[in-house]
Amino acid sequence: MHLVYPAVLSALLFSTGLYGVLARRNAILVLMSVELMLNAVNLNLVAFDVWLARAARDTLHSGQALTLFTIAVAAAEIGIGLAIVLAVYRNRGTSDIDKLRDTAEGPDGAEPGAVAAQKTEATA
Amino acid sequence: MTPAPAPSLAAAPHGFLSPTGVEIAFLLVGLVTFGAALITVTTRQLVHAALWLVVALGGLAVEYLLLTAEFIAWVQVLIYVGSVVVLLLFGLMLTRAPIGRSPDADSGNRWAALAVAVAAAVALVWVVADAFRTTWIDLTGPAAGSTRVTGASLFRYWVLPFEALSVLLLAALVGAIVLSRKAKAGTGTEADGTEADGTPPAVPSARKDGAR
Amino acid sequence: MTTTTLAVLVPLLPFLGAAAGLLLGRTAPGFVRPLAVLPPLASLVLAALVAVHQGGGPVLDAHTELTPTGSVPVELALHIDGFAALVAVLVAFVATCVQIYSTGYLRDDPRYPSYAALVSLFTSAMLLVVYSGDLIVLLVGWEVMGICSYFLVGHYWETPEARAASLKAFLVTKLGDVPFLIGLFALATDAGSFRVTRVLGTVASGGLHHPTLVALLLLAGVAGKSAQFPLHTWLPDAMAGPTPVSALIHAATMVAAGVYFVARLLPVFEASRAAMLVLAVMAAVTMTGSGLAALAQDDIKRVLAYSTVGQLGYMTGALAVGDRGAAVFHLLAHGAFKALLFLAAGVVIHAAGTNSLAAMSRMRGLRERVPDAYWTMTVALLALAAVPPFSGFFSKESVLGAAEHAAHGDTAHVPGAAGRLVLVAGLVTAVLTAAYATRLWLLAFRGRGAEVPDHGRQPLTMTVVLWVLAVPSLAFGGLAYRALPGWFDGNSLTPTPLTSILGTGLAVVGVLLTYGVWQRTTRRLVSPPLGAVAAHPEADAALVEAEAIATHTPAYGDIAYAPDPADPGRALLGPLHRHAAVGFHLDAVYAALFVRPVRAGASLVRFLDREVVDTYVGAAGALPRLLGAAVRRAQTGNVQTYVSALLAGTVVLAVAVVLVATGA
Repeated sequence: MHLVYPAVLSALLFSTGLYGVLARRNAILVLMSVELMLNAVNLNLVAFDVWLARAARDTLHSGQALTLFTIAVAAAEIGIGLAIVLAVYRNRGTSDIDKLRDTAEGPDGAEPGAVAAQKTEATA
Repeated sequence: MTPAPAPSLAAAPHGFLSPTGVEIAFLLVGLVTFGAALITVTTRQLVHAALWLVVALGGLAVEYLLLTAEFIAWVQVLIYVGSVVVLLLFGLMLTRAPIGRSPDADSGNRWAALAVAVAAAVALVWVVADAFRTTWIDLTGPAAGSTRVTGASLFRYWVLPFEALSVLLLAALVGAIVLSRKAKAGTGTEADGTEADGTPPAVPSARKDGAR
Repeated sequence: MTTTTLAVLVPLLPFLGAAAGLLLGRTAPGFVRPLAVLPPLASLVLAALVAVHQGGGPVLDAHTELTPTGSVPVELALHIDGFAALVAVLVAFVATCVQIYSTGYLRDDPRYPSYAALVSLFTSAMLLVVYSGDLIVLLVGWEVMGICSYFLVGHYWETPEARAASLKAFLVTKLGDVPFLIGLFALATDAGSFRVTRVLGTVASGGLHHPTLVALLLLAGVAGKSAQFPLHTWLPDAMAGPTPVSALIHAATMVAAGVYFVARLLPVFEASRAAMLVLAVMAAVTMTGSGLAALAQDDIKRVLAYSTVGQLGYMTGALAVGDRGAAVFHLLAHGAFKALLFLAAGVVIHAAGTNSLAAMSRMRGLRERVPDAYWTMTVALLALAAVPPFSGFFSKESVLGAAEHAAHGDTAHVPGAAGRLVLVAGLVTAVLTAAYATRLWLLAFRGRGAEVPDHGRQPLTMTVVLWVLAVPSLAFGGLAYRALPGWFDGNSLTPTPLTSILGTGLAVVGVLLTYGVWQRTTRRLVSPPLGAVAAHPEADAALVEAEAIATHTPAYGDIAYAPDPADPGRALLGPLHRHAAVGFHLDAVYAALFVRPVRAGASLVRFLDREVVDTYVGAAGALPRLLGAAVRRAQTGNVQTYVSALLAGTVVLAVAVVLVATGA
């Protein structure tokens, strides 16, 4: 099998995930997109591992081992990420990441004031 | 950029116009996977996105199988399709995500995101295709990713990272618990912290054993 | 000790006294008075010893080179001839008198320590100028005097008059000092040395390339320091300083320095007939103008200041006719009686509580209050008016004699026109001098009206000094005119019959004229005093004087002028009076010529700076501010935007790397 097939698929999936991360509003959807990106990398790893193992250049199966590690790390990431999203949701009443703009540099005091108002609204 | 292909691999040229059966299968499953992924990042229904993600991840598991990495394929099905997507669905529920079409699923950053993603895709595909257009994976012979092979390499060469990973998972577990606890009214966050430090000891050993 | 050692000690002692006074002034107030008086006194003794050793004999010339200074060496050199020896004695003598007088005059002044130290430094600088045989060392003393005069004239810096006067003195003398410095360099370049002896040798051998230019440049500095027209305007204003400082500046230091400098380098000036002519014109204008102005002044000290300007005009006149012996003779005699005049005026101001002659003329019995000042001032005024046998007569006659000599064309290097000009101006000034001296005496001591309040006896230190100074004012001229030619160039200083009769006759005419006019005008006297007097008549003299100066402008509307119908000067001068009172509007001319253009230039520069230069600066600031606003706009707080930019950059970089790596 041509290596190009899995490699190109991986690249396309990665870009799709990238688009999702940048374009999605809901934090959980962003996490899903991150999973897509991670899986794209996994596919790449597996494909290259198979190729290199056949070519007897790599006897350690490092690609597959790394894939496993990535899956484990992804599991940890999704757990922590969801916990963070939940905490944010509890505190702010939303999980839309484009509304979490506390670090904005406002030309006047209007923006932080609005955020503060949101905060009080959420806690109320 | 282009690694010189090994003579044995380059010996028999394989054209793109006469694909093998595996290649056709890979291509079809890949199209499904890619389509599912696209729907995942574009659909307006949040729960549907999670379900399309299942399709995409499952498609990837099939791709792993086609690449003879059977252990990873099953791990993929178990962990991603079985647990991660379930977790995500739980997250959606807990954050009261709207069921049905939500008009504002995409942020205002959409067009910039699209531009960046397309640029990244073009660049990556261009580079990858340019680099590996003649590289051939020989899939004949024993499976490269059977459980035996993978297990042997994992516990022969990768024991230490594996153990380190278990510690990472433990830390993630504790962190997730601490973060997702609801702060009780009237008690400060410090009290939570000490409590969180006190409670876990029973859990890690069980989790660790489970991981092994 | 050799004469050289003695001579080195003469300027050194007051300098050390000044340094010690400044250091110990706050910590040990008990030492301040001895430290002020003893060094000048010791210098006086040493200067007298040096004079005796030198004795009019050959020039004492010693030098040592401290360090190589390039193509034109600067050396620490002494050049003591008869002029230097005698002038140094005068300087030390007057300085000692002034220091003793000041202990009484500034009895309660909190700034006395620094004042005394500055007077000592002033004296030291003048002695350095007198003894120095090197022009650069002379310049050091010259400039130190400038800065000391600035500080001392501004001693009452609480009053705006003193502040303005000190600044004016400094700036005007500096205006002359800049060309002076250039002139010195030009002179030294031609001579190849700053040594006086070498310079004079070069001049004698005709080695000076541009004698007129050098002489005129030097003359500018001399005019500034010696208060000659047109740079004399600082001197009358310098009356805002304490009276002893005025005495010091007018009698021995500062103003004498210019005359002395020309006397020392007279051959340089004689090398250019144009310079001598300019000197003569300067002297003539100064003499007559200051005599007229003195007649119109109301402040007693300003009368004396203008008289100083006039007497300095006599000295420069003597130099212009090539007789430096007469010039220095007049310098010595004038130093004694002018110091006496000022110190006595200080006593009078203290007793009367005012410095205004108009106010004094409405007080009765001032001479009974201060008999010492009355008698000594009479002596000094007679000397000033050149009435025989007072010292001023002999010195002034020597000047007029020299001028007459030159007018006949008998003096080498001197144009006959210069002699005639100086002679005529000197004779006119003789009348004026006698007139204003008489006016001063009549107004101050022949007043009618209320009794002068009794403030008790004047301090002994002040009155004793007056009598000490009265002796040379009375007798110096008569005793010295025969002996001095041996010390000087050998020209006879004996009065010639023609000028003696003319000068004395004119002086008598001036006295009688003024007296007659005064007899007439005094009937118009309005009895109440015109002006305010000092608020604290019981305080020490310095405070009284400062207050008197400060009240003059509010009372009369001008610092120099009083609208007094009983003033004989007003009747004598007629329509000229108003102009003479303000120094013939020279200050206004300066204001129009220099001050206003400079101010206009300053406002132009300010406009350019604010509106033009600042525009660029502001624009330079505005661009970063705009960019900053743009960058701030990018800080939306939206993480997705940030990550988009980050990844876009990454893609661009990756593509670039790929392109570079593949050589595309």
